[in-house]
Amino acid sequence: MPRIGVFICHCGENIGATVDCAAVAQAAGRLPGVVHAVDYKYMCSDPGQSLIKEAIREKRLTGVVVGACSPRMHEPTFRRACAEAGLNPFLCEMANLREHCSWVHEKGEVTTQKAIDLVRMLVEKVKRNRPLTPIRVPITKRALVLGGGIAGIQAALDIANAGHKVVLVERDPSIGGHMAQLSETFPTLDCSQCILTPRMVEVAQHPNITLYTYSELESLDGFIGNFRATIRKKARSVDESLCTGCGACIQKCAQKKIPSEFNAGLGRRTAIYVPFPQAVPNKPVIDRARCTYYKSGRCKLCEKACPTKAIRFDQEDELVTIDVGAVVVATGYDVKPTSFFPEYGYGEYKDVITGLQFERLASASGPTLGEIRRPSDNEVPKKIVFIACAGSRDPAKGIHYCSKICCMYTAKHAMLYSHKVHDGQAYVFYMDIRAGGKMYEEFVRRAVEEDHVRYVRGRVSRIYQKDGKLIVKGVDTLLNSRPVEVEADLVVLATAMTAQPDAEELAQKLKVSYDGDKFLNEAHPKLRPVEMNTAGIFVAGACQAPKDIPETVAQASGAASKVAGMFSRDELSREPVVAVVNRQPPPVWSTCVGCFLCETACAYQAIEREEIRGRDGSLIRTIAKVNESVCQGCGTCVALCRSKSIDLQGYTNEQVYAELLAL
Amino acid sequence: MSAPVKHADGTAGLAEAVAAATGESVFNCYQCGKCTAGCPLAEEMDLAPNQVLRLLQLGQPGMDEEVLGSLSIWLCLTCEQCSTRCPQEVDIPKITDWLRQESQRRGVANKKAKAILAFHKSFLDTIRRGGRLHEVGLITTFKLRTWRLFQDVLVAPKLLARGKLSILPHRIEGHAGVKRIFERCEAEPANPAHKGDQA
Repeated sequence: MPRIGVFICHCGENIGATVDCAAVAQAAGRLPGVVHAVDYKYMCSDPGQSLIKEAIREKRLTGVVVGACSPRMHEPTFRRACAEAGLNPFLCEMANLREHCSWVHEKGEVTTQKAIDLVRMLVEKVKRNRPLTPIRVPITKRALVLGGGIAGIQAALDIANAGHKVVLVERDPSIGGHMAQLSETFPTLDCSQCILTPRMVEVAQHPNITLYTYSELESLDGFIGNFRATIRKKARSVDESLCTGCGACIQKCAQKKIPSEFNAGLGRRTAIYVPFPQAVPNKPVIDRARCTYYKSGRCKLCEKACPTKAIRFDQEDELVTIDVGAVVVATGYDVKPTSFFPEYGYGEYKDVITGLQFERLASASGPTLGEIRRPSDNEVPKKIVFIACAGSRDPAKGIHYCSKICCMYTAKHAMLYSHKVHDGQAYVFYMDIRAGGKMYEEFVRRAVEEDHVRYVRGRVSRIYQKDGKLIVKGVDTLLNSRPVEVEADLVVLATAMTAQPDAEELAQKLKVSYDGDKFLNEAHPKLRPVEMNTAGIFVAGACQAPKDIPETVAQASGAASKVAGMFSRDELSREPVVAVVNRQPPPVWSTCVGCFLCETACAYQAIEREEIRGRDGSLIRTIAKVNESVCQGCGTCVALCRSKSIDLQGYTNEQVYAELLAL
Repeated sequence: MSAPVKHADGTAGLAEAVAAATGESVFNCYQCGKCTAGCPLAEEMDLAPNQVLRLLQLGQPGMDEEVLGSLSIWLCLTCEQCSTRCPQEVDIPKITDWLRQESQRRGVANKKAKAILAFHKSFLDTIRRGGRLHEVGLITTFKLRTWRLFQDVLVAPKLLARGKLSILPHRIEGHAGVKRIFERCEAEPANPAHKGDQA
């Protein structure tokens, strides 16, 4: 005979003000099988939990129903209380009297009646609950970090320094990401490369880090603690073990006019190249699409120049499979090109450039060695216009969000320009200045007050060329929207920060969610900012949303600490809400007929095949078996099984029907 | 280390001159509008106080002249509510004061400000003469300057009857000192150390 205890919580006034809790408890007490029913103001409080524990011991309860808030809120609390009193925690169920009843209905008899119905359903369910034990899952203590920008570097170093193995995968020939391209960083104006390159070297030399550059994630299978990643190491066409990075091949390369990605198209590179002198690893790759040999079958100048015979024209992509326990996604961002803006010349004016291109102009390692010279004629611009919100906050262009970093880097650009071109004048057209952050507002004010950058509040409607000048047509909304025209020599657009072009593809590969702008979604915007909805996958940096370096580094360290925390245990425990295929005594063995429709239906590859063999080893039948560490408990296989051989633990068909029939 | 403040055409702008003469940088203003919100005369002005600063900041062609030719700089009462409340501590009355001088110097003062200017001049004349305000003298010179002969004449008998107007001027004891103040101010018109009205 079941002995069920029912505990009705007032949740202060949340339930108590709308539902007659005492009446619910009384009604519950009359239900068949219920031997104990009480109500209390705060059931989740210490005295409330004691009520439950005492009742379990004294009344020898075989099941507990708590009528309170959502199980998402306090199911773990009450199950723990039950476990402490010696009752299997999975024999405790919650009737949601708050979200499902008191919060959504007016006070009244009908509302109380609904609460009673909800409790009755759960009582019928809990009578059919069976004790379950949590599933234990082993952990592979190795992390995979995707992306070798500052986010990936920080996460990899933090995990590695916590004593765990890390595999860092970067798709470009060198790690460093966008941060390596920046000149100086706001708000301190310290040199980006100076603070980044030591970290890059640390990554390369760290005994716990395996670095795969010029590589991409091919696929990711498995689940938390037990992922299997396949990584495609793209053919560098150079034997890394032989190459010394001397650069002789680069000097000899016949192709010299390829736009350099690292210099945002403002500089040139060869077909066999190292993206920048401080690259890690400092070993070249051959850009096969641009290489003369791959195009015409002749050349091989690099091979002749190489003193160590490291060039490998016949090298092929290599697939590497690695088992990892956790993944940190730090794949970064992209910026809109100037061609995105018809009104600003459609990318046809050479002297209309992006913020990232200006970074290269201002950088000491850039194509102009840090002198501000405009691309068209290499002249020093005497009048420069910066346009903030180029594409950002522009729903008509499909981007409604604020790119967050432009206000600050535009102030920095204008400041750097003023420091480098003393007789020049910088203008900034802006909508708002968003300078939230330590020393950020002060930084922007410095640009205005000390460097006399002319800030004009208004959007630029158009840029056109006239007599060798770029006419920037804007407006000053602080002067009753008076039109302002500036004849500029160089225009810098703070173009919107966007997700990587293949962010969606990556998200689908990882089975993680992403938003309408293709930025990856964190599990909770406030309380779980570094985790993703798929357990064991974490996120850091601008692939999640536009953010600056300090925030990126903070998030990367956060993700790393989550990984390290996970790796501090030897195994994970998870809820046993998984599907099971029934087993019967011989000669039935199981009602499963082995059609394997479930195998096709399962989204998580959790269905395996099990061979039932006799004592002599002869095969009797092959039936389905659920890998409980992979199963997510979605129930798709249960619904599809034609012989009703699969059931979901904790939510069996029997339990659910009993719940419904109680209504 | 301040960058040079230049006009759009490369010549030195008014903002630079303001900074040199008054020590006040118009670039400190971030256009919050608190000055205008508190200005008792903002509604009468052709340019609100923050707009005066905005034009100086932007320094596009014609903007400096617009400021110097505005009525606003003459309407200012120097009540100093603006600068008292300014979060960036910009001394707007000080700047306005200098703008009036510059406007006079260039002969571009707003035509509607004629009477205000006449009043200023008449006021200073009486101070120069006697060292303190002499109401009848002020009224007479103001009326002669503006030809507003009959304005407010009806209140004169009442004021006379109550002894508020004395026909003859008084002369203060330290008149020589006052005279020296005038002499020095007129000798160094652009010196920021002196804050006298130069009209």
